[in-house]
Amino acid sequence: MKVTLKIWRQKNTSDKGGFKTYQLDHASPDMSFLEMLDVLNTDLIKKGEEPVHFDHDCREGICGMCSLYINGRPHGPLQTTTCQLHMRSFKDGETITIEPWRAKSFPVIKDLVVDRTAFDRIQQAGGYVSVNTGGVPDANEIPIPKKIADEAFDAATCIGCGACVAACKNASAMLFVSAKVSQFALLPQGKPERKERVERMVAQMDAEGFGSCTNTKACEAECPKGISVTNIARMNREYYSSMASSYEWQVGGGE
Amino acid sequence: MKLDSKIPEGPLAEKWTKHKFNLKLVNPANKRKYDVIVVGTGLAGASAAASLAELGYNVKAFCFQDSPRRAHSIAAQGGINAAKNYQNDGDSIYRLFYDTIKGGDYRAREGNVYRLAEVSVNIIDQCVAQGVPFAREYGGLLANRSFGGAQVSRTFYARGQTGQQLLLGAYSAMNRQIANGKVKMYNRTEMLDVVIVDGKARGIITRDLLTGKIEAHSAHAVLLCTGGYGNVFYLSTNAKGSNVTAAWRAHKKGALFGNPCYTQIHPTCIPVSGDHQSKLTLMSESLRNDGRVWVPKIARPGLKAKDAVNIPESERDYFLERRYPSFGNLVPRDVASRNAKMVCDEGRGVGATGLAVFLDFSDAIKRDGKKTIEAKYGNLFDMYQQITGDNPYEAPMMIFPAVHYTMGGLWVDYNLMTTVPGLYALGEANFSDHGANRLGASALMQGLADGYFVIPYTIGDYLAGMPNEKVSTDRAEFKEAMDQATSRLNTLVNVKGTKTVDEFHRELGLTMWEYCGMSRNESGLKTAKQKIQGIKEEFWKNVKILGSANELNMELEKANRVADFIELGELMVDDALSRAESCGGHFREESATEDGEAKRNDDQYAYVSAWEYKGDNQPEVLHKETLVFENVKLTQRSYK
Repeated sequence: MKVTLKIWRQKNTSDKGGFKTYQLDHASPDMSFLEMLDVLNTDLIKKGEEPVHFDHDCREGICGMCSLYINGRPHGPLQTTTCQLHMRSFKDGETITIEPWRAKSFPVIKDLVVDRTAFDRIQQAGGYVSVNTGGVPDANEIPIPKKIADEAFDAATCIGCGACVAACKNASAMLFVSAKVSQFALLPQGKPERKERVERMVAQMDAEGFGSCTNTKACEAECPKGISVTNIARMNREYYSSMASSYEWQVGGGE
Repeated sequence: MKLDSKIPEGPLAEKWTKHKFNLKLVNPANKRKYDVIVVGTGLAGASAAASLAELGYNVKAFCFQDSPRRAHSIAAQGGINAAKNYQNDGDSIYRLFYDTIKGGDYRAREGNVYRLAEVSVNIIDQCVAQGVPFAREYGGLLANRSFGGAQVSRTFYARGQTGQQLLLGAYSAMNRQIANGKVKMYNRTEMLDVVIVDGKARGIITRDLLTGKIEAHSAHAVLLCTGGYGNVFYLSTNAKGSNVTAAWRAHKKGALFGNPCYTQIHPTCIPVSGDHQSKLTLMSESLRNDGRVWVPKIARPGLKAKDAVNIPESERDYFLERRYPSFGNLVPRDVASRNAKMVCDEGRGVGATGLAVFLDFSDAIKRDGKKTIEAKYGNLFDMYQQITGDNPYEAPMMIFPAVHYTMGGLWVDYNLMTTVPGLYALGEANFSDHGANRLGASALMQGLADGYFVIPYTIGDYLAGMPNEKVSTDRAEFKEAMDQATSRLNTLVNVKGTKTVDEFHRELGLTMWEYCGMSRNESGLKTAKQKIQGIKEEFWKNVKILGSANELNMELEKANRVADFIELGELMVDDALSRAESCGGHFREESATEDGEAKRNDDQYAYVSAWEYKGDNQPEVLHKETLVFENVKLTQRSYK
């Protein structure tokens, strides 16, 4: 199959960048989208033009490294990661526009590669349970109702790709942050630190410059792992109840 | 060189406990004076970085991905073994030990494997405490399943995403230490060399992948947690970035390489669809719990999955159930893979390429209902449909073996130290626990065992015996290694040839798959050696890389890794040549029983091959570590 590719090229962060158009006439419907880009890159290298840089690693939809804003949608037309998207989802002769994630907090590094380290910093702010290695209770000591465990798992499947941010007109990271907050708010292991956790993670999210949530639910619609906006509601509840019942209030103030 | 495995004396079950007591300790107040470098942030690396930082050491951690959470452990699907015996079905530490050593075809050390089984129970406790959402029963307790060849249900899982959940657990523990200032994390940074000062590993050379800057880092010990080298085959289930560079450079600096030819071919992967194929996708082996593997009794070239439903039961050959009645579809990976290859070699393979067999769920769906099957395998079925366009609820899946894991790796002693003092290898990067074949759900177990529960003890013994003075990166050893790394990259950029890196990599991969894959023979291996030498020569004369070494340049990154894969490929072939027996994951055609099953040769080959680098284009020297079995009786594996 033949496709016309309109691809964002940008030499580095300070470069202005712009679209460049390429013709590819030997794509196959069985290729993954990234394999199609591999083929384009081989052509480009042979012609002496620098290949298009894009992030990718596992190519099985779980590492969260691939991105790409394809025809105006993060990860393209299907609700999956770009690496799992195949050319059979496109028409022969179609023009495909490929851009990097668009968000102030994800600056472009080169071509389609963006900097998502803001996500790591949000996780570092509180996305953990404070237990050291060793000295923990037996795994079956605390039974967890299956429904709760399943709900926590659904939140925990977030792959940190950033599609939610790219999809949102406000570039909000609420779905990403709420997925981790929810996982730990649901599980007994996360309960002791639930207040500090949500406060710190939200504060870091704001500090990174992500926008606010205005409930358009674009994030949920585009999330390749189907993370539900229920998590955002849960995070908001966690946040407000944490504000209203801080430990200082409970223990009579002061550290 | 004498290889000392440092396996403690005494009864098997007491070795680790005694050893832990005999290891020297670093005073809590002194731990902060020691720096440890951890390369790689998968299960082994992240768990080690977190645990060492918790103890008080200063850790620098490195990963080439944009975030440590992307490490390829994340893609492990099926589960993690632990001898908890929660199911009351007869499991025990000893049984997990026995199954693992038998599954590895008696090519691993008893002491190491027993320790692995012993600490397996702690891993589950640790992960649950971190908030890893394992699958649970309605009563709220943890669920288990039986997995790949095991006759007890000891595998803990989180739907088909166990690796993801375990890695995110270790990542979260590491994040806590990053926030705490005890781990300094370097993303998008690749290790290019180990620096040795006065005979000890004292640092590494890295490249900042965004700027191309070559940097030196000094420490008191270096941990390589850099995963396996399956990508030497070009097509494998590994992530595109997975590479051998760190381990290979360490090898060239004196670390012996153990059992390089031991690779695992996974039976249940999605077949290749064309020349553009860039990687292979694994379908979790757990699918074999409910799926039945078959091909038509009489060859039907090009048979499609949707037409398979019309083939009557009497014309189907459920070849695993037929040949191995007691294990059926749950035979170990190598047996399943080899049999799939055999029926395809007979011309009975299915699909467009004839290189596939069916994995059929229709009976399971009839028995348990679609809902139950969906709950167990939903995400795997979705993934399959995504990639192939076929719906496995309606027609059988098509599968074929693919390279998945490498049991070989840097040789380490019981303390996980390589032959270079202060240089450790953890997880898939070392050779230690799986012998010639790894059981399903044991890779996650080993990565976390090494990182959470072994290295925090053993590294103390080494550090306690050395002064805590830091070495400066201004020293000549660092400068020299930096210069070498820089000049190598500049050489690559300046070849300005005509072939892309991928073209060379594909050629190498095909050679390895053809001659050094599931089934090998002497003449094929000799052919492979010649071909690889040819690829190496041409690579350095004719590779084409655009752009410079001073910027983000992904082709240069690839070229730098492929150059190492080429050299490793030759060593794998040498190792395979020297091991003229069938064992574990590999079948040596000259060593077979009358009915065509693998025949091990314990008299001549019950040893670990450890290869010593002797200089560029010099033959490597083979050292043998004899394996001693005091507790298990060596038997030929039989799954009949």
